[in-house]
Amino acid sequence: MGEKTTRRTMLKSGVAAAIAALLSPRQSSGHQVKEYPDSMGVLVDLGRCVGCRSCEAACNAEQGLPEPEKPFNDMTVFEELEHGRQRRTDETRYTVVNRYEAPGREHPLFRKVQCNHCQEPACLTSCFVNAYTKTPEGAVIYNQDVCVGCRTCMIACPFYIPAFKYSSAFSPRIQKCVFCYDTRLKYGKPPACVEACPQEALVFGRRQDLIKVGRRRIEEHPDRYVDHIYGEYEAGGTSWLYLSPVPFAQIGFNTELPHAPILDSVKNFLGIVPMVLTIWPALFAGFHLLATRKETAAGEAVDHPEEEKR
Amino acid sequence: MKNLVAESDYLPLSSSYRVDGSPWTLKEKILLGLTARQYLRQLLRNPVNWLLLVLFAVGLPLLLQRYLVGLGSVTHASNDYPWGLFLGFGLFGMVPLSASGFLLGTTVSLFGRKDFHPIERLALLNGLLGYFFAVVYLLVDLGMPWRLTYPMVISFGPAAVLFLVAWHVATYLSVQVAEVLPSFFEWIGRSAWKIHIKRITLGLTIAGIILSTLHQGALGALFTYAPTKVHPLWLSSEFQWIHFFCSAIFGGLAMVIVSSTLIDRWIPWRCGHAFRANLQRMTLGLGKGASYAMITYLVIKLVAIAHDNEWEQLLGGWGLYYLLEVGIGVVAPMLLFATGVRNGEVGKVRIAAFLTVVGIVWNRLNTALVCFNYQMYAEIPHWKEVWLTITLYALYFVVYRWIVYRLPIVFEWKETAAPQT
Ligand code: SF4
Ligand code: SF4
Repeated sequence: MGEKTTRRTMLKSGVAAAIAALLSPRQSSGHQVKEYPDSMGVLVDLGRCVGCRSCEAACNAEQGLPEPEKPFNDMTVFEELEHGRQRRTDETRYTVVNRYEAPGREHPLFRKVQCNHCQEPACLTSCFVNAYTKTPEGAVIYNQDVCVGCRTCMIACPFYIPAFKYSSAFSPRIQKCVFCYDTRLKYGKPPACVEACPQEALVFGRRQDLIKVGRRRIEEHPDRYVDHIYGEYEAGGTSWLYLSPVPFAQIGFNTELPHAPILDSVKNFLGIVPMVLTIWPALFAGFHLLATRKETAAGEAVDHPEEEKR
Repeated sequence: MKNLVAESDYLPLSSSYRVDGSPWTLKEKILLGLTARQYLRQLLRNPVNWLLLVLFAVGLPLLLQRYLVGLGSVTHASNDYPWGLFLGFGLFGMVPLSASGFLLGTTVSLFGRKDFHPIERLALLNGLLGYFFAVVYLLVDLGMPWRLTYPMVISFGPAAVLFLVAWHVATYLSVQVAEVLPSFFEWIGRSAWKIHIKRITLGLTIAGIILSTLHQGALGALFTYAPTKVHPLWLSSEFQWIHFFCSAIFGGLAMVIVSSTLIDRWIPWRCGHAFRANLQRMTLGLGKGASYAMITYLVIKLVAIAHDNEWEQLLGGWGLYYLLEVGIGVVAPMLLFATGVRNGEVGKVRIAAFLTVVGIVWNRLNTALVCFNYQMYAEIPHWKEVWLTITLYALYFVVYRWIVYRLPIVFEWKETAAPQT
């Protein structure tokens, strides 16, 4: 009898623990973002960008991408719409510049899009074969030799950056900006696009310094910038940072991104895994013993096994 | 087939030995005890097979195209919608409907509910095939299908949810193979081997529960990687995994009801005495279980909405669509289940089960496709993608039917031929 009580109590406490764990409130936010003190980055000053597409051309050459249909000095690409959206990165281009007409401004604004090299990259954390690496220099690079092509990273990236080489049957891969890691960043050199920019709209440097630079520009010219550095906190912070003369939402930025890394919203689930692994076996072995020992009672007690399973 | 069975007294083949004491050969077992000619003739007589033929005639070349020319040749190659129908339907839809194996395994082996024994094997088979074909869909969708085993052997990303799914589905698939093996052993005339499986049944069942809880939940958790992309009504970072797990419970139960109903209706000659005699009672029992799971599910859905305070979301267009999904896919079948069970109306329970299955698939498609990128354009799959998805499902159907025709799933295998029951 005593043995049974202990088992019962054990079961009960097990269930209680499970329920408590389920119902416990969100961990008092304070998410931890990994620090990369030496991370390099790029500060993009949208107020300076004139939409010349030099960076697109430089990237294309540097990464050995196929020649595009329209040459890089053809500005009609700004009118291209696909599904009502402006151009995005794909298997033929790792960066694109899009044009925006911001309300109340005489001149259009241009926004360069590429991988933002997040501090806590969603693509990296979602990949089940660890194909991505965040290097100490700040680049998020990709290893095509282990990639299985499940495309979860594309689901996870909040900036819609990774593209898949759908056109290839035998050697498809993910394609995205790698911060020119192999050819330049590794040797301390700025990426090709930064070097190509005639307007100095792109500034390469240590991320921490760039944030200071950005702050200073905002302070010195409060009339020229909105008071926000996009990328300082978005999705856990990114290595690429943006300054803009108009509210970011007006020029295609997603301003609803959480400041916590994407991984934080998955942690709820990851947290229960060890719990299920440890509690379930004991719980159900116990149920089995109870159910089969008292065959008569089993009839009503476990009429609906589904119920106990939560 | 029905007629043939009616004509000859030695059919259907359900024993290791004929009436005269000589064993059936494997070939004869495969041909269902018919001559090759008879077999072919009954195949051609069945209109369903002609439909399948049409599906395959177009679908198999498409499959070839997918592998030779690339995924982009049969889909829209969308970078915004990386997951299309193959995963939306094939993985996210098939897996919850295949929870039947672990549910009935638990009911019978773990809780000792022997009264559900006659349907246990069908549930196990339904589970095994569902998972197997989810993997088939995956093989079509993965960019490099030949690297399917990489997460197991080459490179690990243990912090990723998909890593968990991969491992669990792989392990669980082997658990399910083990669980279905006894029927196979009987069929090939090696009943003695069953003892090895029997010894580990309890272990297998518990493993099944753990793995199922985790990977059914994990499929939901996969979407929490896209907190800004999936419409908030279909996503709850706290409860997503419970939603998916809980709906898999009634999804799995409903799928067994649907499958057993179809078998009972269209393949009556194959059904054994125990199966037929108990089917109505078991259907009601399964329906009861499903309705309980459904009410739980609805409560958690409500909790999720309250928790994220999304009440006003319900008022917009998306909200209406959400209510429609929950209404047709969950509330309606739940009420049908409840009244059907109370009044003992098997027909109602079966309709409810059918609705439930549709509801589950609908919910998964909504999460993966319709309400994904809800602030963006909608992706309508390429017709080739749709056709291929249906083709693979037809393949699933063929394999399912092939096994049910032969292996002792819904009837009992006898060592020697006994008079028909
Ligand atoms: S922007 Fe997207 S692809 Fe680039 S590091 Fe961040 S999550 Fe990864
Ligand atoms: S597509 Fe490749 S890189 Fe992206 S998550 Fe899958 S395995 Fe990882």
